[in-house]
Parts: sequence; C-alpha cells; structure tokens
Amino acid sequence: MTWGLILDIFKTYWPMFLRGAGMTLFISVIGTVVGTIIGLLIGTIRTIPTPDRGPNKILLKLVNYILTAYVEFFRGTPMIVQASVIYYGAPLFLGIDMDRIFAALFIVSINTGAYIAEIVRGGIISVDKGQFEAAHAIGMNHVKTMLHVVLPQVIRNILPAVGNEFVVNIKDTSVLNVISVTELFFQSKSIAGNNFRYFETYFITSIIYLIMTITVTRILRILERKLDGPDNFTVIPGNQMQVQKPEDAVKRRDALKQ
Amino acid sequence: MGNVIEVQHLKKSFGSNEILKDIDFSVKKGEVVCIIGPSGSGKSTLLRCINLLEKPSGGSIIYNGQNILDHKHNIYDYRTKLGMVFQQFNLFNNHDVLSNCVVGQTKVLKRSVKEAEEVAMKYLNVVGMSQYIKAKPRQLSGGMKQRVAIARALSMEPDVMLFDEPTSALDPEMVGEVLSVMKKLAKSGLTMLVVTHEMQFAKEVSDRVVFMDQGVIVEEGTPEQIFDNPKQERTKEFLSRVAR
Ligand SMILES: Nc1ncnc2c1ncn2[C@@H]1O[C@H](COP(=O)(O)OP(=O)(O)OP(=O)(O)O)[C@@H](O)[C@H]1O
Ligand SMILES: [Mg+2]
Repeated sequence: MTWGLILDIFKTYWPMFLRGAGMTLFISVIGTVVGTIIGLLIGTIRTIPTPDRGPNKILLKLVNYILTAYVEFFRGTPMIVQASVIYYGAPLFLGIDMDRIFAALFIVSINTGAYIAEIVRGGIISVDKGQFEAAHAIGMNHVKTMLHVVLPQVIRNILPAVGNEFVVNIKDTSVLNVISVTELFFQSKSIAGNNFRYFETYFITSIIYLIMTITVTRILRILERKLDGPDNFTVIPGNQMQVQKPEDAVKRRDALKQ
Repeated sequence: MGNVIEVQHLKKSFGSNEILKDIDFSVKKGEVVCIIGPSGSGKSTLLRCINLLEKPSGGSIIYNGQNILDHKHNIYDYRTKLGMVFQQFNLFNNHDVLSNCVVGQTKVLKRSVKEAEEVAMKYLNVVGMSQYIKAKPRQLSGGMKQRVAIARALSMEPDVMLFDEPTSALDPEMVGEVLSVMKKLAKSGLTMLVVTHEMQFAKEVSDRVVFMDQGVIVEEGTPEQIFDNPKQERTKEFLSRVAR
C-alpha cells in the first residue's frame, strides 16, 4: 500500500476529481429532483378514481396504459442500456444530436421518475381513506385534496425512499461514462489512463463517492426531522375562553347519565 | 319552516346487498335530529349518501329545492353546505389545529387567510380549543381531536352539520367534553343530524328521533314518543337492549 503515492495522485489531479464529483452531484441532484416531480405527477394521475363512464374514462385508461408501459420499461432495463439507446438513438430517429449533459440529465430524470412513480403510488394508497373523505367532505375536488392534504403527507412518508434513490443516482451516474459524460468515474478513468496507477486512482474515487453518499444521507435525515416539526407545541393561554379539565368532562358525563 | 334537506325514496346497494331501502326523510332548518338504531342498520350509509361520500343507487336528495342527484349539480359546492364530523376525526395530519380549520375556507371558499383565521378562531373558541392552534393532530387526545374536527366543519359555516357517531371512538372520559360542545351547538340553533349511540344525549337535545333498522326508518317522532312510548315492536326491543 502506497499512501504517499495516493496523496501525490490526489495533489496532481484534484481539480479533475473535483470537477468529476461536481458533475456527478449535479446530475444526481437534478435527476432526483426532476424524477421526484415526474414521479409525483405520474403517481397522482395513476390514482385518479376512474369515472363511471364517458370519454374521460377511456382517456384515463389510455393514459394509465402508457404510464404503466413507461414505468415498466425504465424499471425493467439497465440504465447503461437506456443511456446508450437514447443517446445514440436520438440522432437516428429524431434527427437531433443530444448534448451529452442534457442526455445525462434526461436519462437520470426519467429513470428516477419511473422508480419514484411507484413509490408515490404506494405512498398515496397508504394514506388513510379518512383523509380523502374529510377533504371531500369540506368540498375539495381530487386536485385540491391531493395538493393540500394527501401529497404533503406522501412527500414526508416517501422522503427516506427518495433519499435512497438519490444515493443510488450518485453511484449509478457512473454508467453515464458510456456516453462520455465527464462525471467522476469518467474522470477517474482518464486519470488512471494517464498515470497507469489504477488501484490508487480508483481508491481515491471510492473515497469521494463515499463522502458524497454519506453526506447526502445525513442531510436528508436532518430534513426529515425539520419536516416533522417540533415535538412539543405551545399552549397559548391568552386564547383560552372555556377551560375544560378532564374532571369537568367526567362530571358532565355523569350528570348526563342520571 | 323549510326543509334544509329532503331525502326521497333513497336507495343504496353495495353489490347485491341492499343497505338502504326506500328512505324518506327530511331535516328542517334549526332542527336537531338524532338517528339511532342497531349496528349495521345503515345509519352511516345514510349520512354518507347525504353528502355523496357514497353514491346513492336511487331516489333523490333535495337541497334548496333542487335534486342534487338529478342535475349536473356541482357536488363540491353542495358539500361545503354540509359539515361532516367523522367517528375517526380524520383531522388533516399535515396541518396544525388552526390550519385544519383554515385550509377549506381558503382553498374551497376562497376566503382570505385573515378572514379564514378569524372565522377559525371563533369556532375554535366555541369548542374550547383555541389554546392549541399550534398543535399537530398527533399531539392531541381523542376528545380534543374531535372538538377540532367540529370546529373545522363549523368554520365552513354550513347549513347543516352531520355527525356520524362522534363519540364512539373516544375513551369514556372524553365523551363528555365532546357531547357538551354538541349540546351547546344544539342550543345555539344549529341544524344538526346526529347518528349516535348516546341515548341520553339523543333524549336531551333532539327535536326529533329517527329509529332505523335493516335499511328502513322504522319509527320517528319526538324524543318522548320514541323513548317513552315507542309504537313499533322493533323500537321497543332495541331500546330495551341498549338500556341495559
Ligand atoms: N363500502 C361498503 N361496501 C360493502 N358493504 C358496506 C359498505 N359500507 C357499509 N356496508 C355495509 O352496509 C351495512 C350498513 O353499514 P352502516 O355502516 O351504514 O351501518 P351503521 O348503522 O352505521 O352501523 P354502526 O352502528 O355499526 O356504525 C353493513 O352491513 C355494512 O357491512
Ligand atoms: Mg356507522
């Protein structure tokens, strides 16, 4: 083991490592955020209650069918293959030359969207039926119910799973080196190709990945706790109009019984 | 005085199971009506049909002279006119106490936040929960949750309040605080339709008591008529069972 050599490599190549790590973080942040938005939209659409009849029923069925196909495709194939198919397929079939970075963001986003759509769907289904009914009972339609009551709860509940997706993305963006995106793994490959010190270089790479994933996990924990709010609440004595101690309640109930 | 809600020939089936069979019934403005009856008789289903949480299989529901099942009536507007209090409270878990009472006003009735908060505070005072506006539902006892749920419904300033066994999920020591709030509301002239197993409450506050069994209204009348002089065998039998 050659600690000195590792240090030397880092000293020489740190700007490249840093740029690679920056690109990796950039793609995974954008990919996770956009993917979460896609997932929330799709999950919401897929849980719209089917109307009894009419053209809307057929339309909704068709949309659901397409969305299911999308989710199945992106969950059922490796991202490295998706990246190649989309990046090399775009000029062939759509006549567009994709910018590498754009392609990377696009692929990671829609790939993450497919996973998160399923997580969101599960999250929506697991929200208590009473929450929907109470929202409907005060006159909210499906969109308002989702926006103001259900999705905030879903987002809180799926946050750990989204965090997990984020960590997976940090690691899996490494496959984007097939389309020559200059993320951390691609940079490491260049560095190692330069100095022929494969072990030492990739050792540094693994440490950088580890620092990124651990930091992200920590930050998300803190965010979760923030969202839960304080454990205690303050009683506002000035607002008090009618004091009701449990004893009073029991007395009243007893009085009622006689 | 006019009927706030009139139910005519209402039917409801779940599959081949007919739960409500030809229900005719109405609530007048300012009236307090209690629905009593054995478990499974269709009381909740009737209440849920009235605010369209369940879709009736037949019949009509007349509100303000219009059959809301007939027309392309806006069910969302209609529901704001009915306040619903559930057995399981169903407070919005992601909102604190004040926000539970505000969100419907601002998002559905389009009131300003300031006005909505004033209205909410007024009704939180009525139910004795204004000290707890910052609390989240999970931090409250069952009785407190139910009082907030009542304030939430009142904040929409509905024409009629529907209560579906509001005290059945409560620990015994918390039943009193909720019933006393409801009595206060009944005295204030609010129109109320209450499904309840609290016979003493029904006796004390109702203008009219409706006894349901197996999907039909067996008997209705003043509390004295129902509790002291029931005419139907089934009513007598039910009352003797719950008296014990
Ligand atoms: N969504 C549903 N699907 C199928 N059957 C249902 C549904 N909701 C209610 N029922 C049935 O309808 C019948 C009446 O139910 P309902 O809840 O209206 O009775 P209830 O009088 O409120 O009883 P309880 O006093 O126990 O609350 C029951 O037999 C119940 O099983
Ligand atoms: Mg019931």
